Amino acid sequence: MSVTPASEPPKVSPLYDPKIRSIAYQVLLCAFVVGLIGFAIKNAADNLARAKIASGFGFWNNLAGFDISQHLIPYSSVTSTYGDAFWVGLLNTLLVAVLGIILATVLGFGVGIARLSKNYLVSRIANGYVEIIRNLPLLLQLLFWYNAVLKALPQVRDSVAIPGGLLLNNRGLFLPAFTFNYGGQLLLGAIGAAIVGGLAFRFWAKRQQITTGKQYPTFLVFLGLLIGLPFLVLLAGQVSVSVAYPEASRFNIRGGTEILPEFVALLLGLVIYTAAFIGEVVRAGILAVSKGQTEAANALGLRGGPTLRLVVIPQAMRVIIPPLTNQYLNLTKNSSLAVAVGYPDLVQIFTGTVLNQTNQAVEVVVITMAVYLTISLVTSIGMNWYNSRKALVER
Amino acid sequence: MKKIVATLAFAAAAGLAMAPAQAQTLKAVKDRGSLSCGSNTGLAGFGIPDAQGNWTGLDVDFCRAVSAAIFNDPTKVKFVPLTAKDRFTALQSGDVDVLARNTTWSSSRDTQAGLNFTGVNYYDGQGFIVRKDLKVNSALELADAAVCVQQGTTTELNLADYFRANKMKLKTVAFAQLDEAVKAYDSKRCDAYTTDASGLYAARLKLEKPDEHLVLPEVISKEPLGPAVRHGDDQWFDIVKWVHYAMVNAEEMGITKANVEEMRKSDNPDVKRFLGTEGNFGEQFGLTKDWAYQIVKHVGNYGEAFERNVGANSPLKVQRGLNALWTKGGLQYAPPVR
Repeated sequence: MSVTPASEPPKVSPLYDPKIRSIAYQVLLCAFVVGLIGFAIKNAADNLARAKIASGFGFWNNLAGFDISQHLIPYSSVTSTYGDAFWVGLLNTLLVAVLGIILATVLGFGVGIARLSKNYLVSRIANGYVEIIRNLPLLLQLLFWYNAVLKALPQVRDSVAIPGGLLLNNRGLFLPAFTFNYGGQLLLGAIGAAIVGGLAFRFWAKRQQITTGKQYPTFLVFLGLLIGLPFLVLLAGQVSVSVAYPEASRFNIRGGTEILPEFVALLLGLVIYTAAFIGEVVRAGILAVSKGQTEAANALGLRGGPTLRLVVIPQAMRVIIPPLTNQYLNLTKNSSLAVAVGYPDLVQIFTGTVLNQTNQAVEVVVITMAVYLTISLVTSIGMNWYNSRKALVER
Repeated sequence: MKKIVATLAFAAAAGLAMAPAQAQTLKAVKDRGSLSCGSNTGLAGFGIPDAQGNWTGLDVDFCRAVSAAIFNDPTKVKFVPLTAKDRFTALQSGDVDVLARNTTWSSSRDTQAGLNFTGVNYYDGQGFIVRKDLKVNSALELADAAVCVQQGTTTELNLADYFRANKMKLKTVAFAQLDEAVKAYDSKRCDAYTTDASGLYAARLKLEKPDEHLVLPEVISKEPLGPAVRHGDDQWFDIVKWVHYAMVNAEEMGITKANVEEMRKSDNPDVKRFLGTEGNFGEQFGLTKDWAYQIVKHVGNYGEAFERNVGANSPLKVQRGLNALWTKGGLQYAPPVR
């Protein structure tokens, strides 16, 4: 066999050079895809024009003129535009998604661990929960929770007064609204300082533990700072707050901040549904950790709790994170089922009312798809980053 | 989720191969052998499947009349139930040939949505229903009230406008489906439920205790409800338009389902032209001469359809009111056949 010298690569005609070929194919494919997309856009525009359907994004700044029951940013049917309605919907979606993810994670971990409990009753209950919840369609559960929440709550006229100025009825939970006349920033500063101080103490305590073996009550110190610092500010009389208490008017409750039953029902439904799946993910993750690890931890004298927290869960996380990401994405996307229970999320407001009033299906749907894609990608990127941090470091 | 899929399907269809807006809808319908009619998902009196799955209602009868005119057979209709927010997309994308779904005729829909409304088969207006024990006698007393509404309709806009014009604060709770909005009202989530007056009477039948509810006297908007077709096919537009006019003309001439055979022998030139024994009334539209005869024979005239579905002979018991013939003080008026 003759060997060509390494310095002189074999001369091939550019037509057969694999490198040039692969580049050429990719250029061709890209051109094809771009051409297809361009064709689709032009075709859609032509068809819309021919059918005399309005197009373009001019509707964004037009007056919306409809009411939205929950808005985190100022919104009114008198002055707000379709663009404002979009942001209201997006924030409502994000609110329910973020809270849902946090609560579903907590509940899901609880269920996953409970399923592996040695206590027969606890593990059976967790098992029953998972089997029932994950086998019923989410939409059905949402309607169930919505009606269950509504039915259980008293009518407006028999509102339950909760000490502290809270009112509860089937229109929602009404809380007093706080407005800071002055000193609000000082209070925020105190809370910020408490968080920074708590983190610094935790960092210091960890170093101390590594070097000296001494353990410090980091959690208690953190809690003390978080309550103590703002309290000191209040005590010094540097803050003036006016409180608007909710009051019953002829029909509804006026004033204060309200939590809608639609929101509660959607959140409850999403959390309970997703937690069942997260529970199974967690169980699988824990079972994936070799039994030897637990035995080794026990041999070192660690009890059940610390073994789980310090030895098993950290190793299980590597298995848990990828499917957990899927559950987070599912929860976010499932929040669009809000339309069924009257919660004003992005889909309800934007692809519902706005689409119907402007009749611009293509633009509205493209924007909505872009939003969900962005949320999903950001979630995935965040979780992948977390995953790479938790990955087993091999030396 | 189904709605999103439908809308996405539309977007995809618009992008790659949009429905043939220009194409001859009549030919497509004939080739297919059935009319595809966008109808309500369930509104008593207008479009609702009964226990056997047969569709009934005023809008349903309109589609049957179109089918009778084309096929001499009122049963060749495929009903496609559409929610308020999906209906235009379905028509634009060619999923349905005609939309007869108590849809309000408005300027923006006539222009931006690419629709042609073919007439008004029900003159309506938006109203409110409240529980009697609230002791409210006028919509003007509803300041601060929570109002349940079906989203994606002109209803939401009218509601906000009315409260704004009267300087009242409003809380809306919007639902995608009519049923869910009505159910939320029934479980006292809202003080009032608002939709077109006709819909209020239909919704009242579904409430747990219909007698404990009251429709308020105020009508806060004009809601001319009528069938619609796509822009761009004039022949089809004419046909659908004249099916309604044929039914109204039939009532005016006193031609009913029962006497239509006899009327064919009439000497009255108007009746002769109408029923196709003289002239070429049907052929002008690309149909048979006796198309109007077929409509009346199978479905009846407008008045018959009205009384059967929403009027005296129905559980809704709506008065003719604005929907009476122009000769009887109403607004229903059809151009002459000649």
